[in-house]
Amino acid sequence: MSIKLTIDGKEVEADLGATILQTARKYGIYIPTLCDNPALEPYGGCRLCLVEVEGMPKPTTSCTTPVTEGMKVKTATPTVERLRKTVIELLLSDHPNDCMICERAGDCKLQEFAYFYGLRANRFYGKRRQYTKQDGNPFIERNMDKCILCGQCVRVCNEVQGVGAIDIAYRGFDAKVCPSFERDLNCEFCGQCVSVCPTGALSGRIWEKKGRALNVKEVETTCSYCGCGCQLNLHVRGNEIARVSSKPDTHNEGWLCVKGRFGYEFITSPDRLKTPLIKKDGKFTEATWDEAIAYIAARFKKIVEDHGPDSLAGLSSARCTNEENFLFQKFMRAVIGTNNVDHCARL
Amino acid sequence: MEKAKTEIIVGMGTCGITAGASEIYAHAADYARAKGLDVKLSSTSCIGMCHSEVLVDVVVDGFARVTYGNVTIAAIEEIIDSHAAINVPVIKYTIAQMPSYGKVYDDIPVFEQLPYMNKQERVVLSNCGFIDPLSIDDYISHGGYEAVKKVIGAGDPKAAIEIIKASGLRGRGGAGFPTGLKWEFCNKAQSDIKYIICNADEGDPGAFMDRSVLEGDPHAIIEGMLIAGFSIGASYGYVYCRAEYPLAISNLKVAIAAAHERGFLGDSVLNSGFKFNIKIKEGAGAFVCGEETALIASIEGLRGMPRAKPPFPANKGLWGKPTVINNVETLANVPRIIVRGADWFSSFGTEKSKGTKVFALAGKINRGGLIEIPMGITLREIIYDIGGGIPNGKAFKAVQTGGPSGGCLTTAMLDTPVDYESIAKAGSIVGSGGMIVLDEDNCMVNIAKFFLEFTQSESCGKCTPCRIGTKRLYEILDRITNGKGRKGDLELLEELSEDIRAASLCGLGQTAPNPVLSTLRNFREEYAAHIDEKRCPAAVCKPLITFTIIEKTCTGCMACARSCPVNAITGEKKKPHFITPELCIKCGSCFDACKFKSVLKK
Repeated sequence: MSIKLTIDGKEVEADLGATILQTARKYGIYIPTLCDNPALEPYGGCRLCLVEVEGMPKPTTSCTTPVTEGMKVKTATPTVERLRKTVIELLLSDHPNDCMICERAGDCKLQEFAYFYGLRANRFYGKRRQYTKQDGNPFIERNMDKCILCGQCVRVCNEVQGVGAIDIAYRGFDAKVCPSFERDLNCEFCGQCVSVCPTGALSGRIWEKKGRALNVKEVETTCSYCGCGCQLNLHVRGNEIARVSSKPDTHNEGWLCVKGRFGYEFITSPDRLKTPLIKKDGKFTEATWDEAIAYIAARFKKIVEDHGPDSLAGLSSARCTNEENFLFQKFMRAVIGTNNVDHCARL
Repeated sequence: MEKAKTEIIVGMGTCGITAGASEIYAHAADYARAKGLDVKLSSTSCIGMCHSEVLVDVVVDGFARVTYGNVTIAAIEEIIDSHAAINVPVIKYTIAQMPSYGKVYDDIPVFEQLPYMNKQERVVLSNCGFIDPLSIDDYISHGGYEAVKKVIGAGDPKAAIEIIKASGLRGRGGAGFPTGLKWEFCNKAQSDIKYIICNADEGDPGAFMDRSVLEGDPHAIIEGMLIAGFSIGASYGYVYCRAEYPLAISNLKVAIAAAHERGFLGDSVLNSGFKFNIKIKEGAGAFVCGEETALIASIEGLRGMPRAKPPFPANKGLWGKPTVINNVETLANVPRIIVRGADWFSSFGTEKSKGTKVFALAGKINRGGLIEIPMGITLREIIYDIGGGIPNGKAFKAVQTGGPSGGCLTTAMLDTPVDYESIAKAGSIVGSGGMIVLDEDNCMVNIAKFFLEFTQSESCGKCTPCRIGTKRLYEILDRITNGKGRKGDLELLEELSEDIRAASLCGLGQTAPNPVLSTLRNFREEYAAHIDEKRCPAAVCKPLITFTIIEKTCTGCMACARSCPVNAITGEKKKPHFITPELCIKCGSCFDACKFKSVLKK
């Protein structure tokens, strides 16, 4: 069922159950927000997406308010702009504001809003949360004094990853996101939380000082760890990977695992093989692919000739795609002539 | 068992126990036994006269029930020796007598005619302080469970809703939403399972009516929930009560067990086929859990944080099912309305605010306690007639209603009728019924700071304006009271307050700035004095006050010097003393110690 409403005077249509924010996005009408993520349940915490709706006594959050027939929405009245400015000022009054050395400078939503609202001076100042405790894992760096409590990390961990490693503890100004009993983070380290964090509160430990938004080129590639084939965006500076992300419009919907997100250091490892090696006189020597394949083919033929096809067996890998695995078993059965074929993930 | 000739009833609500009722009870039992008297000792709950705890009632068979106040160990012995033993009341300790019990005594005022009582109308509190809360028979003998029989007997859920709608009952938890309408919404919602929740997460500083009702009349809540459950089609009820109310919870548990035993609760209530069970969920004492969506989250085992409405709980509440959440006082009204009719209830109160309201009268007031008044009587009647005015001849300054979500009302507003609309028009709210009286010695900036300290620490932290905004409000107030206020602070307070009100997610944040705005509106000059003159007119804010000794009137008695904890006062005997300002910690001990008003605080 389609619902007709107006947003900023523009007549738009929305599906029943859609929120004002979803509808505005569909029509390219910009509403600022820090806590909303289309992949997660609406939260209504940051209060930036407040809009005015005719007939409602006070501004309402567009991320949580469903559209109704004939609704008249205004997204940028002086009142809501004033409230948004106050909200950002309040957030900045409890923020280190150390963009100069922050990993996320140039790619930080809070910084972006401060820029758009022209907030250099701040009417508010006072106590700032300061957390010095660092937890000891090799993957995720948590700078909780930069946290704006948007709750996206908590929600993604619950709703997408199904892990629930973190939640909000304490009350009021002292509220903070942490693992239970404030122990060190001890989870899957998938880094979904890092990927949704709008500020520099969460980052990859190996990303530190590898480069920020400037002079970084994004290279799309496919993760080679498993057959899922997640789409990666390598952020490359010079010839070095600064960090890894993934876009929401991929088949993996932008979600990655610990390996895809943090396990890329092998790329520059000196131990990495770059050509096939053939053992000659007891020593591995570099060879071309043609040489290697020809050598393998010759040896396979010889073994089959001498001992029959069942003297060979094939073991395939979970790192291959379905198609590759299909081809592999086909090769073993049709070309080699044996049913001795298996797979490492068969367990 | 044959009824004992003389009964001694000790008020054993939390307030009574705190004042020493347990010791009095134990001693009375021992003492009477030692004297060989035939005395039955029993307990009841709070009758609302907090200013006179420990309260002990003595009933000699055939005679009026006599209430004694401020009872000590010595007093209870006298009372037993005289009243219990030879039926001669000890007049000096008496507060009142209740002639409905029998023959009256001379020289003891009648309970209902006490200035504290005669303007009250006790509906919700009608059983509190009279029945034994642990006895279901006591409740039944006072008309208990008649309403349930009537409603279930009639068999029409909608009929009960119509009665409640016609009565004009509105939610007593603070927002004042019409109760019948809430039930109707939930009744219409389609679902296999529905819930009724009793909100007993009383959190306003100074408000304790819900605790008192749960402690003193738990069956009334069970009965109210039964009727609500039957009306909306709910078979499950939850009482969400803060764990800080152990007596309320234990009394309620006893009551629930007794109600099960008598067939008022269970798989077929009164053999009607209507199933209804009640569970108690103890909350960890978070103010925000009084907000209904946060309360629901808490029952579900989640962190108590509110969510945006709609959907409203009446459509999507506990475990996603239609849910009605009513406050304790609201539910306690329900059985009375059913039994005595909508017209009877709506005969109390004003056009839009029907019935009575319980208030917790506290602060600078002679007779503080729990009072129940018909809506529409004035603040002046409450404070001066019921409360007996301000102690020590001090001048009334303001009264804070609605707790940290409300505002202050000044002398000019004393003739405001106490009902939802009038109080709102005067710039405050009825709220859950906290009423804190302030006198000339209260600094209004400090009062606002007190409430903000509470709300900012009770904010759940979900939304930015409440989490950081109330903290900044508190900090601005703190610097003003510390003499570090600056030009523009008042405007900043107003701007920030308005934005927090408009932008916060739930009622906590939306109302948190009210104490600031209302004190600013009514006492702006007091704020200005703190900032511009670095002076606290009420002489409360320590960094802004100085203590000096008036040489002319100082007799050199040395009382001040002896009381000073930091030896900041010097001087020879019989000669004027002197306070060294650098050493003085402004504790005020000298001010209190001086019998000649020679210590000047300003």
